Amino acid sequence: MDLEDTSAPRALASIPALLERNAKKFATRPAYREKEYGIWQSWTWLEAAEEIRALALGFLALGVEKGDFVAIIGRNRPALYWSMVAAQSVGAVPVPLYQDAVAEEMAYVLGHCGARFVVAEDQEQVDKVLEIQEKAPQIERIIYLDPRGLRKYDHGRLHALRDVQAEGRAAQERFGKELEARKAALGYDDTCVMLYTSGTTGRPKGVVLSNRNIIESSKASAEFDNLTEREDVLAYLPMAWVGDFIFSIGQAYWTGFCVNCPESADTMMTDLREIGPTYYFAPPRVFESQLTNVVIRMEDAGRFKKRLFDSFMAHARKVGPAILDGRPVGIWDRLKYRLGDLLIYGPLKNVLGFSRVRVGYTAGEAIGPEIFEFYRSLGINLKQLYGQTEATVFITIQPDGEVRADTVGIPAPGVEVRIDEKGEIFYRSPGVFVEYYKNPESTASTKDAEGWVATGDAGFFEEGTGHLRIIDRAKDVGKMADGRLFAPKYIENKLKFYPNILEAVVFGDGREMCTAFINIDLTAVGNWAERNNIAYASYQELAAHPQVYEMIQEHVEEVNRSVARDEMLSGCQIHRFLILHKELDADDGEMTRTRKVRRRVIEEKYADLITALYDGSHSIHTETEVTYEDGRKGRISATLEIRDVAVVESGRDAA
Amino acid sequence: MSATAAVRPHVTEDGRELGEVLMDLRNITLRFGGVTAIKDVSFNIQQGEIRAIIGPNGAGKTSMLNVINGFYHPQEGSITFRGETRSRMRPHDAARQGISRTFQNVALFQGMTTLDNIMAGRALKMRRNFLWQMLRYGPALEEEIEHRRKVEEVIDFLEIEHIRKTPVGRLPYGLQKRVELGRALAAEPALLLLDEPMAGMNVEEKEDMSRFILDVNEQLGTTIALIEHDMGVVMDLADRVVVLDYGRKIADGKPDEVQSDQAVIDAYLGVPH
Repeated sequence: MDLEDTSAPRALASIPALLERNAKKFATRPAYREKEYGIWQSWTWLEAAEEIRALALGFLALGVEKGDFVAIIGRNRPALYWSMVAAQSVGAVPVPLYQDAVAEEMAYVLGHCGARFVVAEDQEQVDKVLEIQEKAPQIERIIYLDPRGLRKYDHGRLHALRDVQAEGRAAQERFGKELEARKAALGYDDTCVMLYTSGTTGRPKGVVLSNRNIIESSKASAEFDNLTEREDVLAYLPMAWVGDFIFSIGQAYWTGFCVNCPESADTMMTDLREIGPTYYFAPPRVFESQLTNVVIRMEDAGRFKKRLFDSFMAHARKVGPAILDGRPVGIWDRLKYRLGDLLIYGPLKNVLGFSRVRVGYTAGEAIGPEIFEFYRSLGINLKQLYGQTEATVFITIQPDGEVRADTVGIPAPGVEVRIDEKGEIFYRSPGVFVEYYKNPESTASTKDAEGWVATGDAGFFEEGTGHLRIIDRAKDVGKMADGRLFAPKYIENKLKFYPNILEAVVFGDGREMCTAFINIDLTAVGNWAERNNIAYASYQELAAHPQVYEMIQEHVEEVNRSVARDEMLSGCQIHRFLILHKELDADDGEMTRTRKVRRRVIEEKYADLITALYDGSHSIHTETEVTYEDGRKGRISATLEIRDVAVVESGRDAA
Repeated sequence: MSATAAVRPHVTEDGRELGEVLMDLRNITLRFGGVTAIKDVSFNIQQGEIRAIIGPNGAGKTSMLNVINGFYHPQEGSITFRGETRSRMRPHDAARQGISRTFQNVALFQGMTTLDNIMAGRALKMRRNFLWQMLRYGPALEEEIEHRRKVEEVIDFLEIEHIRKTPVGRLPYGLQKRVELGRALAAEPALLLLDEPMAGMNVEEKEDMSRFILDVNEQLGTTIALIEHDMGVVMDLADRVVVLDYGRKIADGKPDEVQSDQAVIDAYLGVPH
C-alpha cells in the first residue's frame, strides 16, 4: 500500500490540499469558532480557506521562502491555526512554540530552527521575541495578532496579521500564480510541521513530521473512532503539543470537523460547557481537577442532595461502565440508571461540559482508576491512548468496549509494537517521525534502520487481552541495593491518585529503601483545612501542618499495603517521606512544560533533603531558590519534618 | 492668577500629543458653612493628558473632584469644559457632557453581574424609553445589541471575560475596582475622573491597574484626572500634577518638578511651627 502512495501523485498529499477539498465539500459547515466579545464567532470552511489564502499571499509579499521556518507563539486561536496552514501553503514549515516558555527556552528553539518569521499572539509574546533578538538574530519579521499595547513599538519589522492579510488580498494578482505553484509542489513526504519535544532530559529536540505522518495518522485514528464532519472539539491544549496538532489540524482537516477556541484561558470551563464538544481530549490532571471540584461542591451541598448523589453514584459505579460497553445489565438496574441519568448524571455531565461527548481520550500520564471509573460510570466514553510526538501521537489505543484504567489498549491501526528483552517498548508505523532536526545522532539512537523507534518506556502485553501495560520510563526502572525492582513512576502514580497529593517523587535507585517527596494539592487540602477549621497563612504553612502530615501518612501507608501485594514491586514500599514546602514548578526547571517531573534536576536541587531522608534525622532546615512568573528569582527557607512510615514485610500477607 | 504650567499643545516624551485645554478651573472656592474646603484654586486639564491631584489627607482632593463632577457647587470661580463655561451643573449634566468617574469606595450594584453593572454605564446613551426596552423589540433590540457590543469591548479591554456573569459582590476588591473602571469607560467619556483607583490594593493589583489606566489613556485617547496617594504611582503615570494642601494649591507642574518643590515636601513631611 505504501508503495502505491509514493509512486502516484496524491490529490490529498498536504494540509493545504485538504483545506481546498473541505472548502468545496464542506463549504457552508463551520470550520472554526472563537468566542470573542461574548459571542461565538464562526468561520465556514470556505471562509477559513479565504482567510488562509489571504495570509499565505501576505507571507509571499513579505518574502517567505520555501523551506523557511515560521514560528507560531500564542494560545489556541483560529488566526494562529491559519498561520500554520498559510505557512504550509507557501512551502514553509510551521513551528508552534509553547506560549508559557520563558525567553531563554524560546531563544534556544528559535535559534535552533533558524526561523526568519514569527507569528506572535500579543504584546507579551512580541516582547519575548524582541528580548531574545541577539540570540536569534536571523528573525526578520514579527507578525502579531492583538495590536493592544504595541502602537508605540518600532514597526519597521512588526506587522499586524490583519495588515499582512490585507496586503495579501491586494497582491492577489502578483502572487496568485506563485501560491498555486507552491501548493501544487507539496508532496506526501515533505515536512508538514516541526514540533519541539518538551525535553524531560536535556535540550528540546525538533521532531520533523511529514505530511505522510500527519495525514496517515489522522486518517487511521479518525476511522478508528468513526469521526465525522459533525464533531466539535475544544482547542485549549498547547499548540506546540503534537496532540493539538493532530486533533485541531490533522483530524479536523481530514474529517472536516469544527475547531472551537475558548475566549481566554480563564473562561475555558464556561466555554467547554457552552460548546459541549463531541470529541474531547484532556490530560489526566484536567479530569482530576474537575472531579476534585465536584467532590468539593458535594461536600458543601445539603444532606438530602448529598445522599441522593452518593446513592446514585454508587449505582452508576456498579452498572454504568457495563451499560456503556453494551454488556448485559438487568432491567431493574437499567431503569434505575435511567432515573439517575435524569436526576444526577445528566445534569452533572452538563455542568462538566460533557453532555455531548461521544469519544473522550486521556493520555500523557496514568489516570487514577477511581477518576477514570467516575467518568465512565456517568456514561462518558472516556478511553486511554498511549503515544508520543515521534509516533505522531498514536502507538496504542483502547477500542470501544475494551476500556480499562490500568492498560493503554491495543496497537493502533497500522502500528506494530514489540517489546525487547529488557522490557522496553518499540514501535513501527506510518506515523514514525522523519528525523530530529539537525541532530542525526539522536535520530540514529532513537530510530533504527528498519524504522523501529524506542519509546524509552518499559511495559508488557497482558496475556489474554493483548492490551499493553506501561510500568515506567525504561531508564527510571532501576534496581535497589538488594537487587529488587525499583519503578518510581508506578508508586508515584499510586500516590497521585489521592486528591490531596498533587505530585510525588520517589527515590530508591541503588539504595536499600525507598523514600518520597510529596507535594500537596492546595485546592483539595485547602478545602479540607477549611472544613476542619485549620488556619493557615501560606502554602508552606499548610504543607507543614502536623494534621496534614497525618493525612498524607495514611495515604502513603495505604499505598504501601497495595504495593506489597505485587510481589515484583514489593521492594518499592516507602519507608520515609517529607512534604515539600513549595510546589514543583516548570519555571524552576523542576518539571517540563507538560508537567512531567524532571527527576535529575530535583535530585540535584534538593540533595540536602534526600540526604536527610536517608540519614535518619527527623527534621531538616533548607533554603530553596524560586523563580517568579516574571523571571525574577527569590529564596524561601523552611524547616521540614520527616516521617517514618509503616511498611509491610515482604513474604507476609498484605491483607 | 493663572499660574498653571504650560498649556500649549505639546508632545510628551513618549510621543503622545497633548491637545488644547479640555477643562479650565479658575479661582474655585468651595465652602461648607464656615469651613472652606477649597480656596481660590485654578488649574486646567489638557486634552489627552493624565492629570493627577495629590495632597495630604483633608487637602480637598475629593472635594475638587466633586466640583468637577458637578456634585458640589463652588461659591466662587468658574469652570469651563470644552469651551463652555457652566454656572450650576448637576452630576447627570456632567455625565451627559462626557465626564464619568469612579469612587474612592467601590460603588457598584453588588447583586448584579459584571456585565449588568457595566451596561448600567451606558444608561445615558440609551435613547428608547423603558417601555420599548421592556418589550425588547425592534429599535430597542437593535439599540440593546449595539450597547452590548460596546460593553463587550470594554470587557475585552479590561480582560474581565471570565467574570462576565459573576455577581459583583462575590468578586475580590481589585476586580471590583476594575469593573467600576469598566462602568465609567462604558459611557465613552471625554474626561475620566478616578478617585484613588488603587486604594487598598496590593502591588500586583496596582501594577495591573496602572497598566489599564495607561492603556485607557493611550489606546482610547481618554483624558484622565486622578487622585492618588501612592506617590510612586503618581510619578509614573501623571503628565502633570497639581498639589493641594488645606484647600489651597501649593504646586502645579511636571511630576519631577513637583517632587522637588519645597512647599510640597513641607506639606507632606510637615514643618516645625
